[in-house]
Amino acid sequence: MSEIVLETEGLTMEFAGFVAVRDVALKIRRGSIHALIGPNGAGKTTCFNLLTKFLSPTRGRIRLKGVDITRARPADIARAGMVRSFQISAVFGHLSALENVRVALQRKLDTSFHFWRPEGTLEVLNERAMELLEAVGLADFRDIAAVELAYGRKRALEIATTLALDPEVMLLDEPMAGMGHADIERTVKLIRRVAANRTVVMVEHNMKVVANLSDRITVLQRGEILAEGAYAEVSRDPRVIQAYMGSRHA
Amino acid sequence: MGFQHRVMIGLGAVGILAPFVVYPIFLMKALCFALFAAAFNLLVGYVGLLSFGHAMFLGMAGYAAGHAAKVWGLPPELAILFGTAVAAALGLVVGAIAIRRQGIYFAMTTLALAQMVYFFCLQVPFTGGEDGIQAIPRGRMFGFLDLADTLTLYYVVLAIVAAGFLLIYRTIHSPFGQILKAIRENEPRAISLGYRVDHYKLLAFILSAALAGVAGATKAIVFQLASLTDVTWQMSGEVVLMTLLGGLGTVFGPIAGAFIVIALETYLAQMGSWVLVIQGAIFVVCVLTFRRGVVGELARLVNRPL
Repeated sequence: MSEIVLETEGLTMEFAGFVAVRDVALKIRRGSIHALIGPNGAGKTTCFNLLTKFLSPTRGRIRLKGVDITRARPADIARAGMVRSFQISAVFGHLSALENVRVALQRKLDTSFHFWRPEGTLEVLNERAMELLEAVGLADFRDIAAVELAYGRKRALEIATTLALDPEVMLLDEPMAGMGHADIERTVKLIRRVAANRTVVMVEHNMKVVANLSDRITVLQRGEILAEGAYAEVSRDPRVIQAYMGSRHA
Repeated sequence: MGFQHRVMIGLGAVGILAPFVVYPIFLMKALCFALFAAAFNLLVGYVGLLSFGHAMFLGMAGYAAGHAAKVWGLPPELAILFGTAVAAALGLVVGAIAIRRQGIYFAMTTLALAQMVYFFCLQVPFTGGEDGIQAIPRGRMFGFLDLADTLTLYYVVLAIVAAGFLLIYRTIHSPFGQILKAIRENEPRAISLGYRVDHYKLLAFILSAALAGVAGATKAIVFQLASLTDVTWQMSGEVVLMTLLGGLGTVFGPIAGAFIVIALETYLAQMGSWVLVIQGAIFVVCVLTFRRGVVGELARLVNRPL
């Protein structure tokens, strides 16, 4: 069995009496694509926010590469090699596609507090930024403001920006939400390609995508883990069929 | 050469020739406020932080520079430097408290702290209470520029304001400025990329406070007066008005806004309190019809960033 890169233990989040996530124990293997699924309100996004420290858990522990990060700050999580995306496409609207990617690359330069240096000093990053834009098929859009890109392209730009940090663990919150067929196919290929040498955790509603991409699936229901395993196993589990898939398509 | 650079050179030329056409005292007042508004705009236009207490930096720097020049007998350059340092230090304290909150809560925190500074200035003896610090000596800049001469004084002020403005321009177009814009556009995303956004906000706040301080200290030396007017909440409101009118988040907007507002106040002064009514009316018209501000609308017309 391969090494566990991300692990939670008794993870619980209560909002004023309402328990959004209860006693969740996740084990994410290094190099795998792990999908988090479940009906609306099952606590998937809350789980995500807990993992990336955008929320602090009421109880429980989170370990990244064996290090306890339960009390770390969100920016430090990214520095430790775990970067997330957002459900609503998270781009820097009025910056160009190139600048969007560059913002992520910039951190390594250690000049991000230098207010006296000209912008031109960032141009050394352009080459790498263009490689990343090419990888997601956005090379032709380098000077277009992110806000003007079509929805699917915004998501692609977001993935390019995330990849710029070369994270060990990538958390994708509904990467296919709102995408058309062509975009979905392209993004599935992209995710498979980028997952080659890293771990991907994703929340996704599109079952075809989940079946197609993920090595392991955790099904959440009302904040608790209902089932876990490979798609073939999980999709046969009667509890899962009843709770979630039965209502759609198993 | 970029379009903005050409505009800057043009403005510089206008600034050099202006005192032969327009009353220099008016120009110096407008220049000080232009720097004040530009410093304010750095924060609201490029980080998205609306400070409603920026007068505290303008006013405190004025008192500090006035006190240093009059009581300690410091030359004007050191007095201004001291005023700037005081504003920066105040900016560090206020910023560290205020950036913990967002949106309207940030604005309210800055307003509350500014009111505390106002009452502090009203009570402590060195500010002269209602009278302010009067008859601040202008002295000689660097020992040889006699600031008693109006034209010399004007060019010194022009140089200080231009330097402050160029620093703001550079900050906007720096690696640091890129991160500020990223935070303004999408703060959670900036965090998720590993940026400790509070540190960036705090540095921007201190820079903005220090530059507002340069404006306040220079103003105190020019008018030989540091008074309570410059720490009132009305003054904090006025800089918001200047910036909105000129164009929020534009490079040249605050300058245009400051000149328009100061011109109105100066040339409509004989109308007494009607000036406020006219200002209010202009503000309403601006918000209703040209939200991008004068320069913002102009930039859209010529289809270039200004």
